[in-house]
Order: sequence, then structure tokens, then C-alpha cells
Amino acid sequence: MQLIVNGQTREVDAPDDMPLLWVLRDLLDIKGPKFGCGVAACGACTVLIEGQAVRSCALALGDVYGPITTIEGISQGDNLHKVQQAWAEHQVPQCGYCQAGQILAAVALLDEQPNPTDDDIDAAMTNLCRCGTYPKIRAAIKTAAGA
Amino acid sequence: MGRVAKYTRRGALGLGLLAAGGLGVGYYYYRKPYPNPLIGELPEGVSIFNPFVSIAADNTITIYTPQAEMGQGVHTTLAALVAEELDVPLSMIKTEHGPAAKAYYNDAMIEEGGGDMAWEDGAMANFRRNMMGVLGKFLALQVTGGSSSTRNGFEKMRKAGAGARIALLGAAAERWNVAPDTLVSDNGTITDPATGEALTYGALAAEAAAQHIPSNPPLRSHAEWKILGKSQTRVDLHDKITGAPIYGIDMQLPDMLYGTVLMSPVFGAGAVRSDLTAALAVDGVSAVVPIETSTGKGFGVIATNTWAAFQGAAAIDVDWAAPDYPANTDAQYAAFAAALDAEASFTKGGRGDAIEALTAAPSDQRLSAEYRMPYLAHATMEPMNATAQFADGKLTLWMGNQAPGLMANGCARVLGISPDDVTVHTLQMGGGFGRRVESDAALYAAALAREVSPRPIKVTWSREEDTTHGVYRPMAVGRFQAAVAPGTVPHALNVAIAAPSIMASMGKRSRPEGGGRSMDDRTVIDGTFDQPAQFANARYAAHVVDTGVPVGYWRSIGHSVGGFMHQSFMDEIAHHAGLDPIAMRLSMMTSDDRLAPGRAVLERVAELSGWGEALPSGKGRGVAMCMSFGTWVAQVVQVDVSSGKVRMEKAWAVADPGLVLDPDNFRAQISGAMIFGLSQALGQEITLTGGQVDQQNFYDFDAMRMAQCPEITVDILENAARMGGAGEPGTPPAAAALANAIFATTGQRIRTMPLSHEIGFYA
Repeated sequence: MQLIVNGQTREVDAPDDMPLLWVLRDLLDIKGPKFGCGVAACGACTVLIEGQAVRSCALALGDVYGPITTIEGISQGDNLHKVQQAWAEHQVPQCGYCQAGQILAAVALLDEQPNPTDDDIDAAMTNLCRCGTYPKIRAAIKTAAGA
Repeated sequence: MGRVAKYTRRGALGLGLLAAGGLGVGYYYYRKPYPNPLIGELPEGVSIFNPFVSIAADNTITIYTPQAEMGQGVHTTLAALVAEELDVPLSMIKTEHGPAAKAYYNDAMIEEGGGDMAWEDGAMANFRRNMMGVLGKFLALQVTGGSSSTRNGFEKMRKAGAGARIALLGAAAERWNVAPDTLVSDNGTITDPATGEALTYGALAAEAAAQHIPSNPPLRSHAEWKILGKSQTRVDLHDKITGAPIYGIDMQLPDMLYGTVLMSPVFGAGAVRSDLTAALAVDGVSAVVPIETSTGKGFGVIATNTWAAFQGAAAIDVDWAAPDYPANTDAQYAAFAAALDAEASFTKGGRGDAIEALTAAPSDQRLSAEYRMPYLAHATMEPMNATAQFADGKLTLWMGNQAPGLMANGCARVLGISPDDVTVHTLQMGGGFGRRVESDAALYAAALAREVSPRPIKVTWSREEDTTHGVYRPMAVGRFQAAVAPGTVPHALNVAIAAPSIMASMGKRSRPEGGGRSMDDRTVIDGTFDQPAQFANARYAAHVVDTGVPVGYWRSIGHSVGGFMHQSFMDEIAHHAGLDPIAMRLSMMTSDDRLAPGRAVLERVAELSGWGEALPSGKGRGVAMCMSFGTWVAQVVQVDVSSGKVRMEKAWAVADPGLVLDPDNFRAQISGAMIFGLSQALGQEITLTGGQVDQQNFYDFDAMRMAQCPEITVDILENAARMGGAGEPGTPPAAAALANAIFATTGQRIRTMPLSHEIGFYA
């Protein structure tokens, strides 16, 4: 079947029930979405589909309902997305493993709510970070909202 | 020389576990440098200055870090140490993990193994530290842990940079036939101010590397620093915000296979019956093979992608042998209680006669409490994984790890080859926290690589496999007693903690034939005997339990246990005596000037948090402090329980590591470590049923999420006489500060972790 990933059409030969995460990582060599839990509990595998943050480890290939954007697809060349710029300004990442998912969750939040309150951030940003970068994530979202 | 060697040997014996090899440690070996592992390994045109620095003709400057990046920012700070002396901006430097090699020994990590108090700075204490350092070099342990990376690199990396700079200046001086001290080095270029001539380091590198490169060059003073002491842009920042494939799990090789493991969930046991038919029928699965190593027994699944491998593992029909250890958490607790009733394994520190003083105290002035801490998983975001290729009798391994030498040695044993025939490429870690010191993921990958030789295979564990096959933060039970008269400072403390020995557990895993002896493993009572509270009478006793559950290092380890118990009990004492918890702590640290930095962090956190100011009803604050890994940390947590659930509103942390090399990164470490410590309280526990871990995934072993995270303020002081660590010291006080805040607000004292068993948290 065909998938549109980061604006490119990709041919995939895989069973319908294969999770999108493994299609992206193992079949298409797109490593930005990370494997964390396999049960949509941590958000490390977050991608965007039609602007929504989706946990790709729990979305079967057959259920993909639109073009997919991964962390690799939100910047244009060296021009980082404003959320990535804010992440850089605040030096959010520590180990960095969850950050692609965090950034995409923030992109989806700001797309829907350009000036999120703290409660909006709490509600939308449910991805797990074991390094404890939450205070910097919150600050970076506010910077990106003002940008 | 004879004398030093003798003391060194004594140091070795003092460390217990390490004595087994019959070490003939001598000063000669200490002085002799280890071979440079980069020689012969780098491409043509790249000049090697020492094990830490190479410069290519195109002016690419590469730093090889002895320690690994797992989020703590060590690539950046180790590079900054070199950059400071090499006269290059950090942005010009590329960092790579050094290979597994003795040249990258970490002698700072075991410096404190001698058991001196962290604030001891006298000749004898430092002599013992130096001797432990000699031992560290002899053992050549290349480990990232113990919050020791910047301490280990503080001189080594600066000397590496300075030595290279001196050689570059020498080469330029020869080329221009002038004296080296007439030349200026800056921005990766050497200039002759007299003629205006300039050459890049790259243009001079080949000639410079042929010069004598001093291994012990003079270093610049603190006052001259341009980079160190200032916040830097992390060298890995861009990769980490653009999703670059930098982690072990991202490894991709031509012709690579994918695999996973299903290891026995009963520790040490194997399969008694298995049927692999359904597993082999899974589309994409090519083989299911038994695995048996010193770390576990079970099955490896080989497939064409990770998902197929996971499905294959799930389809294995198997019965495992019964556990030969207390099989559920209640039975485990009984073993801990029995150990506490038995004689202590060893004591550390202490003074006076605590038992006598407690016996003499009137019964209403005797306070006692029992604290319980569960086993905990590391739950790194990136599950365990390793990629291995076995070809022509040699193994190549790619993985995030905290101890490449241990990976090489373990894999060599699995394959029956020499450790010299194992090459370890260390990749970035999606979290380590001590879990990636362990070699289990490497051993299983090596075993599967032999099956598919010469093809490479990436072996990824499911989250469930990761959670149920950890090396857990030890469970512990502590009994605390104090003699406390109203209104006065307590004068006696008796501490007894039962916990398994990590050294013994690691010994079993790495040397099943000979290891596993429990020596005086200080992690059992860390966070108690090594703390500054000065009781006139104090006893700190460790009761070592062998529980059958694998235990390992975990962010701040013993201090995460002792820190909670000791600092909860100090709060209980203060309330019993009717004293302010901060004022009481301060009054117990007055007799020794070397504790002044400890008093300062408490005073500063009181000031920052508005300690003592009235709060609306339903809100309250708790305090805790812990000295760990050479760094003083005091924390205050403020909770709001007015909704009926505990909400952490604000938290303050003040830390003094003596010297901060990168303030932004240091603050991030303290803040992150505090969140790591608070996460425990919210529900983390590893329990057993039938000898198997009950918890499976983040839905039953979770950590703090954004909505639960307090607003955190971190302040830095630099009064301590010696340099401390950054990655771990923020963890130990956190849960105690929270429990103490809950008591201050509700009057409910919770002595069992996770606190969530007894009170609800906002989620």
C-alpha cells in the first residue's frame, strides 16, 4: 500500500495490522518516532496525522487515515519549526529520546490553541519524560506561542 | 614505592569485591600510561594527540569522551574542558564516545569508596582518596556513573587540551623559526603577531602530533577561564530536536536482522517445557533459539522486523521453573524483617553509644519508626537493546552503555573469544540511570549474532521484557530510633537498614562461578552514616539480605533509600521535639566548620521558599537535605491538599557541588533528578507474585507527568571545598521533602513508599 510520509509517497509491503511505528522505523528507515512502550502510554512514537498528535505504536497500518508528518518533516532544511527553535532556545533535551514526540505534541497543541494556558498545556502534553524536562517543555511552549 | 604499594593493596582489600583477583597494584603501574586506543583506528590525515583529542587536516577537532552521554550533558562539559585549554570555541568541536579501552579509566568514581565523610578534606582523607584513585586506574574501570564524569575529567580533559595546544604552538614555532611563546593560539588558529602569519590547527596537526606532547602540562587558573563556569549550548542539541538517529535503537546496518528476547521472568530459572510451533509460524520469524548466559535463561527470536520478533516472542508457549527465593512481596518483606532481627552485617560511622543512650532515655522520649522502600525499575525511555555482528571470530557491538569494558568482557565469555576481539561502539542512551552498566542486553545480542553470523542483528526488548527483567533499585526496610527530649536537640540515633548488596548481586551476574560475596557494601546504609546531622550518640548498622532478586545501581542508589528514611525521621524528630525542622538541622551542624556549606544550602532554601511564612489552609511545606556524591542539596516541596488530593505546587532546590562548570546544565540535572525522586512517590513499585515481577509497562510502572510537575526553582552555591557531582544528588532528598510536606499539611506521616498507597495524588 501507499503512505504519504513527510510529503513523499512511500510504497509499503506490510500486513494491515503492523503498527505504523514499526513500518516507519524498520521498513522505511524513519527513526525520529521512537519506541517506548508499544501501548500508547508514553508518547515517544508520536507523529502527526492531519495535524493531530497520534501515537504510532498503537495505530495499525490499515487504520492510517491521512498523510503522516514525523519530526523529520516539520523543518524546512536548516529552517527549524518555531517549536524546535523554542526547544533550542530553552535547551530542553537531556537524553532527548522523548523529545521528538514532545515537540510534535506541542506542534499539535499550538496548531489548535495558539495561546495555551497552563491547563491547556497540562491537558495536551501527556508524553512521558524520564529526565524530567517538563519545566523547560512548558517554558518552550510559551516561547513558541509568543513567536 | 614499596609503601605506596602497600597502602594501595590495603585500599583494594577495603573495597571488598575487588579483592578477589589478588591484585598486585604498584605505583609503577599507576605512573605508566595505558596505550592510546585511537592509534591505528582513525582515517589517514587525522592526527592523534592523546586518547582524548584528534585533529584532522581539514581542521575537524574531535574529542573522545571517556564517559557516555545519557542526558546528563557530559559530552558538552567534557568537550568544554578540552576547549578551554585548546583555545577553540565549543562549536568547533565534534564529540565521540571513546572505544572500550583502559586509557579511559574512571578513577574518580571509586574515590569515595574509602568511606571518609565527603566534607573531610584533610591529608589522610585525601591520601585515601588518591589511593582509591590509584586502584581505579589499575582496574581501568571505564564507567559512567556515580556522578563522577566531570570530576574524573576535570584535570584529564584540560591536560589533553593543553598538551595538544602546546604541541601545535611548537609545530608552528618550528615552521616559522620563532619561539613558541611569541605565538598566539585562538579560535583553532595559531598566529604570529609579529608577521601576521596564521595557520589553522588542521594545517599544523600532522607536524604537531609528531612533537613531544606533554602529558602533564600546566593548566590555566579558574580566573582565566573563558568557557568553563558559563552555560554552553549542548553539543547534542540539534540532533535531539530534529530526531536524528543517534541512539542504540536507531542502529541500521546493511543486511541487518531484527530480534527480541523472552527471558525467564523467574530470576535464575529456565524453561521446564516449551513449544515453539506457534512462534515459528509468525510471519517474518525465521528462528527461535535458546539463550543461556550469566544474566538469564530464555529464548531469542530472529525475524525480519522488530514487530514480527515481538509477536514471535509473545507466541512462545513456555513454563518456567519455580523460584528458589521468597516468591512474593510479603515473603520478601519477611526476609528483610528477619535480617533486621539478626545481627548486623557491618556498621559504618557513628559515635558514642547510641544503644546505651536510648536505653537510658525515658520511654516517652524514645521515638521509633519503620520505613519501607520497594524495588524500583529504571524505566529508561529507550528500552534495552543492542546490535551485534559476529564475523571472522570477532564481535562488533553497537549500543548505548555505561561500561563498554564490561560489555566486551561479558560478550567475549558468551562467544568464547578474547575481549580484544570485541569492538564496542557506544551510542547515545535514551536514559541510563545505572541500568546500562549492566551487560545483559549485550550478551543476548552476542548470542543471537552467533546464530545469524555473519549478518548483523539488532535485538530490541519489549517494554514488558524491560520492566520485568530489570536490575532493581533494592527494596529496603529501615528501623530508626532516637532519644528526643522536648525542646532540645536529639542526642541519640540508632539506624538499622536491611537491604540486598548490589556488589554481591552484580558479582553473581558477571562471575557466576566465583562472584557474589557480600562485603561491606556501603549502598545499604548510604544517606544515613555519611550525613552531617551530629548526634552525640549514633549507630548505623547494615543488615545485608540475599533476596534472589537482581539489584543494581539506580540514580543516587543507596542515598535514594537512606535519604528518604533519614530525612523523614529527622522531620519526625523535629516535630516530636517541637522544633522547626530547618532550625533543628542547622543546630546539629554547628560544631564543625566544614559543614558550613551544608548550613548554607539549608539557609538559602529557607530564604528562597519563604520558609516559616504562613500559608493558606490546605497548603504546607516540607524540607529535606542530603549530601551525596560530594554535593550538598537541600530541597523544599510545597503541597496543596485543598482539593482532597495532594498537588505539588512548588519546589525549591539549592545545591552546592563546590564548583559548577556549566550552570544551566547543572540546574537541569538538579531539577530533573528531583523529578526522578518525586516520581517514586507517585506510585512506583516493583512487586513479586510467584517470583515474577507484577508490573509490565508504563500503565503500571509510571513516572511523573507534566500536569503533576511542580514549579521548580534551583539555586547554586559554590562554597564546598571539593568538587561534587551533578547527575544524582538532586534525587535523594526529594521524596522525603514531599512526605514531610504532606505531614506538615495533613498530620499524616507516611513511612512506606510509594506514598500513593496511603494518600491520593493529583494526576
